[in-house]
Amino acid sequence: MTGSHPVLTMTGISKSFPGVRALDNVDFRLFPGEVHALMGENGAGKSTLIKVLTGVYGTDRGIVTLDGEQVSFAGPMQATAAGVSTVYQEVNLCTNLSVAENIFIGREPRRLGAVRWGEMRRRARALLARLDLDIDVNAQLGSYSLAVQQMVAIARAIDIQARVLVLDEPTSSLDAGEVAQLFRVMRQLRDDGIAILFVTHFLDQVYGIADRITVLRNGQLVGEYATSELPQLSLVEKMIGKELRVLERLDEQPRRDPADGAAGTPLLDVRELGRRSAVAPFSLTIHEGEVVGLAGLLGSGRTEVARLLFGADRADHGSVRVNGSPTSLRTPVAAIGHGIGFCSENRRAEGIVTELSVRENIILALQAARGWLRPLPRRRQDELVERYVRALSIRPADPEIPVGNLSGGNQQKVLLARWLITEPRLLILDEPTRGIDIGAKTEIQRLVAELSDGGMAVLFVSAELEEVLRLSHKIAVMRDREMVAQLTNDQDVDADRIMQSIAAGAGHEGVPS
Amino acid sequence: MSNRTAGDRALTRHRLFWPVVVLVVLLAANTAYRPSFLSVQMRDGHLYGSLIDILRLSAPLILVALGMTLVIATGGIDLSVGSLCAISGAIACLYISRQPDQNSLGGVLTALALGLGVALVLGAWNGVLVAVIGIQPIIATLILMVAGRGLAQLITEGQILTINSDPYKAIGVGHLLTLPLAIFVALAAALLIAAVTRRTALGLIIESVGGNAQASRLAGIRSARITFLVYVISAACAAVAGFMITANVSSADGNAAGLWVELDAILAVVIGGTSLAGGRFSLSGTILGALLIQTLTTTVYAMNISPQTSLLFKAVVVIAVCLIQAPGFRARFARRRAPASAPAPVTEQPKEQVPA
Ligand SMILES: Nc1ncnc2c1ncn2[C@@H]1O[C@H](COP(=O)(O)OP(=O)(O)OP(=O)(O)O)[C@@H](O)[C@H]1O
Ligand SMILES: [Mg+2]
Repeated sequence: MTGSHPVLTMTGISKSFPGVRALDNVDFRLFPGEVHALMGENGAGKSTLIKVLTGVYGTDRGIVTLDGEQVSFAGPMQATAAGVSTVYQEVNLCTNLSVAENIFIGREPRRLGAVRWGEMRRRARALLARLDLDIDVNAQLGSYSLAVQQMVAIARAIDIQARVLVLDEPTSSLDAGEVAQLFRVMRQLRDDGIAILFVTHFLDQVYGIADRITVLRNGQLVGEYATSELPQLSLVEKMIGKELRVLERLDEQPRRDPADGAAGTPLLDVRELGRRSAVAPFSLTIHEGEVVGLAGLLGSGRTEVARLLFGADRADHGSVRVNGSPTSLRTPVAAIGHGIGFCSENRRAEGIVTELSVRENIILALQAARGWLRPLPRRRQDELVERYVRALSIRPADPEIPVGNLSGGNQQKVLLARWLITEPRLLILDEPTRGIDIGAKTEIQRLVAELSDGGMAVLFVSAELEEVLRLSHKIAVMRDREMVAQLTNDQDVDADRIMQSIAAGAGHEGVPS
Repeated sequence: MSNRTAGDRALTRHRLFWPVVVLVVLLAANTAYRPSFLSVQMRDGHLYGSLIDILRLSAPLILVALGMTLVIATGGIDLSVGSLCAISGAIACLYISRQPDQNSLGGVLTALALGLGVALVLGAWNGVLVAVIGIQPIIATLILMVAGRGLAQLITEGQILTINSDPYKAIGVGHLLTLPLAIFVALAAALLIAAVTRRTALGLIIESVGGNAQASRLAGIRSARITFLVYVISAACAAVAGFMITANVSSADGNAAGLWVELDAILAVVIGGTSLAGGRFSLSGTILGALLIQTLTTTVYAMNISPQTSLLFKAVVVIAVCLIQAPGFRARFARRRAPASAPAPVTEQPKEQVPA
């Protein structure tokens, strides 16, 4: 439905940060009734373009029009009032307020000035039902996983009577089911004539929903295309500006050979470990060099398992052995002492320290392990940081800028680097490739495979089944906060089989020994 | 945009640019009011002058503010420093007053050790309340702020305890190498704290805890220990400041010693560019902030501003400094001045502006 006039145009937009040209003369247009994907590598300028649109940042140059009239929003509130509703990349809700309050904050239903709480809760429930999400709207938002928080942010955005809906990586921590539901809602909105700007790093999602695609590279516009006329391979080519080597590597990457590892004393052996109201007691062994994948749907308890194994939450049940000797993992410090590392899925709240520099963030865990009295020599710091900035292609490659100034995907890489330099024996990765572009994602997957070949054990948690299948020797399946199956990742395991065991629940697959 | 204006902009953007400007303006105003303000004379081998006075008088504030900087960097606050000044000073004076020979160096040193020791214990008390029990810092230290005044008055028995001890007096008004001793004490404390925080990883770890406590915990930082430590350091700084304040007047007044110094210290820290939310801290900024506040206080006295208006005057200057440092205020100002061409300042913080 792109025949009419664009509802939104951005012309000649430029935006610089000190030392970085984030946007350079970028044009963008959005028609009513279309889903428009904005694509580009990490740091290409997608989020910046969105923030310029909604007035979070001022522009250096360029013109924005909405319905043919030039606008310049002084801030996101103004943009929302003018009909541009946005879900930012970093979920920005108040975790100490209830779900319903978060959805209606700033526009609570009122009568005579007093908030109508009943009405608010009812409407919140209806909105969430639209996204097929059944949660307690009175509960504190912080008690829910990041994925649920993301859904709540989306619910808030779609409720606002908007003409333009902007979604910056809304699906980065969602499972297939939620994504499908979100897409259903997006299609409805599109058919109602709403223009949707959608950012994602998942190519299949782009081809599943987008009508048109705009590609950015290094802050510059590469072009605007109809999805049907742009094959996946050329899209990737346009994004990375190179031949399609990266994608080939993605395909040829072998399924991991399940034969190696899994012999001798396990590195980590937990029995009946559990925590009331978080995850039911489970048993799991991880051997040196073994990659164990954790699969399951949203809220199935994947993150809870990871947190228990790292001591981020305290188990109230069960026993732990590391290398055969009994111990307990009661705190992160204890877990780190046993050579365990943990990348949280919630990088903003539990990962990076935004105002510290890239270098400081990367050395943080290593330094903490040494204690403050034994500072890591500066030269050693620089060496390590440089190595990983290169290995993970963190951009911009200046280790002294604050991490908060990096794009979302690059922040994720910094978090990963923090743990890699500690050379852990077991690395727990909760959604490590969340928000990372496809080029870097393959790099990270390859790195994980390499490290496990070198003897490091990995617990790999991901909402993306393909990724879990590609990397893991063994896959533990979670459902309703219970570990319902453990499958050796051999020839006859595939996505379908895992989905089946999720659906079947406990019972016929090998229940943990 | 030419290189020169770009350079100018970088300069005006510097964290400490505006505090320095205000300091210079204050000094200039004083000089205009009383041309001899800047002159420094040598008498009896000691340097004298208003500038030297400002330095000497700011020493206790600098000490307290340095400790406060570390506490604030962890995201906390220490309201008890004023009371701690009074307690440590009172204990030292009480001990000296009980000595047969108040001028004995050994006696004075013991007195200092006692005062410092008690302050460390009280600092540890603060640290336990905040780091172990988990009470909000403002409440936890409020307890000692209030109770500590009472304690100090108990020690001095509600009187002003006067002593006559030359070695003790020297801490406040003595000289070394032509300059007041207090300046060297403050300088030594500043260098020591700088070395402890920046030569080790303590500074980084404090900033990390203050910047994101949850992330720090998951990175394996024992944040409780660090938090405990900064309250102890802050108490130690307050104790030394308490010695200086009481030595200045050779008497301990449980009521007045160090009164409201916590507020001046917090102001000094904030003016120096350390955020009350915790995270990055700047020791040199704090020292500049303390000098600014002391200059302001001196100016108020020197210009004979009536006591009724002096507090107001101080408040106006402080508000002005805070306003021109505030990103939001500057952004608005900049946009109004040059709506089209000037980019919004880079210090903009999306986390404040992006609504839920
Ligand atoms: N507040 C800021 N200060 C300084 N530089 C910034 C700031 N925000 C973004 N940048 C820089 O601008 C560039 C574009 O960042 P942006 O966040 O728009 O990337 P993106 O396309 O959204 O990437 P991702 O896919 O990782 O989210 C990056 O180089 C980033 O480092
Ligand atoms: Mg982004």
